[in-house]
Amino acid sequence: MMQWESWSAFWDMGGAGFFVWGSYGVTFAVIALELVLVLQRRKETVKRLLRWRRAVGKDGSGRAGARMES
Amino acid sequence: MKPRSKRMMLVGGGVVLLVAAVALVLSAFQQNMVFFHTPSDVMEGKAPRGKTFRIGGLVESGSLQREADGFTVRFAITDTAQTIPVSYKGTLPDLFKEGKGAVVQGSLGPDGQFRATEVLAKHDENYMPPEAAHALEQAQKTADTVSQ
Amino acid sequence: MASGSIDQDNRMNPSPRGPSVLRFAAPQNFYPLAGRLAPWFAVTAAVLTLIGLWLAFFVAPVDATQGNVYRVIFIHVPAAWMSMFIYLVMAFWSAVGLVMNTRLSFVMSQALAPTGAMFCFVALWTGALWGRPTWGAYWVWDARLTSQLLLLFLYFGFIALTRAIEDPRRGDRAGAIIALVGAVNVPVIYFSVKWWNTLHQGASVSLTKAPSMASTMLMGMLVLAFASWAYTLAVTLWRVRPMILERERHTEWVGAVLDREGGRK
Repeated sequence: MMQWESWSAFWDMGGAGFFVWGSYGVTFAVIALELVLVLQRRKETVKRLLRWRRAVGKDGSGRAGARMES
Repeated sequence: MKPRSKRMMLVGGGVVLLVAAVALVLSAFQQNMVFFHTPSDVMEGKAPRGKTFRIGGLVESGSLQREADGFTVRFAITDTAQTIPVSYKGTLPDLFKEGKGAVVQGSLGPDGQFRATEVLAKHDENYMPPEAAHALEQAQKTADTVSQ
Repeated sequence: MASGSIDQDNRMNPSPRGPSVLRFAAPQNFYPLAGRLAPWFAVTAAVLTLIGLWLAFFVAPVDATQGNVYRVIFIHVPAAWMSMFIYLVMAFWSAVGLVMNTRLSFVMSQALAPTGAMFCFVALWTGALWGRPTWGAYWVWDARLTSQLLLLFLYFGFIALTRAIEDPRRGDRAGAIIALVGAVNVPVIYFSVKWWNTLHQGASVSLTKAPSMASTMLMGMLVLAFASWAYTLAVTLWRVRPMILERERHTEWVGAVLDREGGRK
């Protein structure tokens, strides 16, 4: 705690707590949101493409992908 | 000509044209991109008349006065060449200080007084711990006395 | 539907006689490479973020004029840098795509856009929260703030356009044009504080002069800037992978990847 006398002084940020923590809080929230969206998009794409492959008959029926889903 | 180099020429030509267009637009809008006028601009009559505009500069040292109502403040904005007196009713931003930058919005009265409706503090790009700021101030004072 | 797209797919792959560096420009080589590299960048980003936050809050001293509120700078400046830099990289990949007709380049620029928009929003948001206690206003229409807001709209326009156009080839081209035209705005943002009177202060850190910051403050900001680089690389590589699968869905290798994915569940 080189810069701060106590934890409450740390959270208070010399009276600027709202502005400092509002900045950091929202920043890390949107980063977390972006990571979730990227992960979701991957799952959704793989699912959709597997469905598409079955629809166009490219799934090489009998292989793992088709067996697992049916 | 190979299709690739033809495409490259098209893309390059397009980019050059666009840059030129944007440069033209920017230079046309240059006047409107000015956020504030300096006191010298105002004295030379470059600031808009009869409507609100902004003046930016330093708050002249020793000029800040509070009226008896505790609400109205008077100070002067200077760019070291010209100085304009300003009056303002309201609270000043925390960083508003004599000798520091400020931008005031309002209109110029016939008496040459600028009546501000909004006061913004303009800070510089220097960041330093208080000890360093103090040392810098001391060094500045020493330099001033030596030069005198 | 098959014949046309197969032709395009073949065109995406550089000829096998090309230089070996170009091997990774082929989607089937880039896809697994991206998957291997992304976690390393993510770990680097996480470690650098922790170090950066420690420097920002426990090592860097309070600022003489602004007090502790200046600590917003540690995310504001890296985010603003990143929002401009990512747009330039997008413009670069768009130009490469238009000239060389490599579709992977367009996909790269589209994978970068959401992260660029995110950093652009963060720069504006933290700037507003920093402006209120220091300047006395959340927002002013000065050249710096206005051009940065324009950058956010350019990101939104790029993302909307590339997603709205059904035909990927036309979408790629339309997006590339926005990326190239909009790139002009980036130097405008950067130099706005020099070219015009702005409320926003000038640059504290630039290539042409010594930084006007105490060294521990500067250190925290630079570490977090590197963290945002690593983060951008990680998240972009993660985002580009499903986009490649989508584009290359007619090919054998994607079929094999999907079979593995399907079998994994």
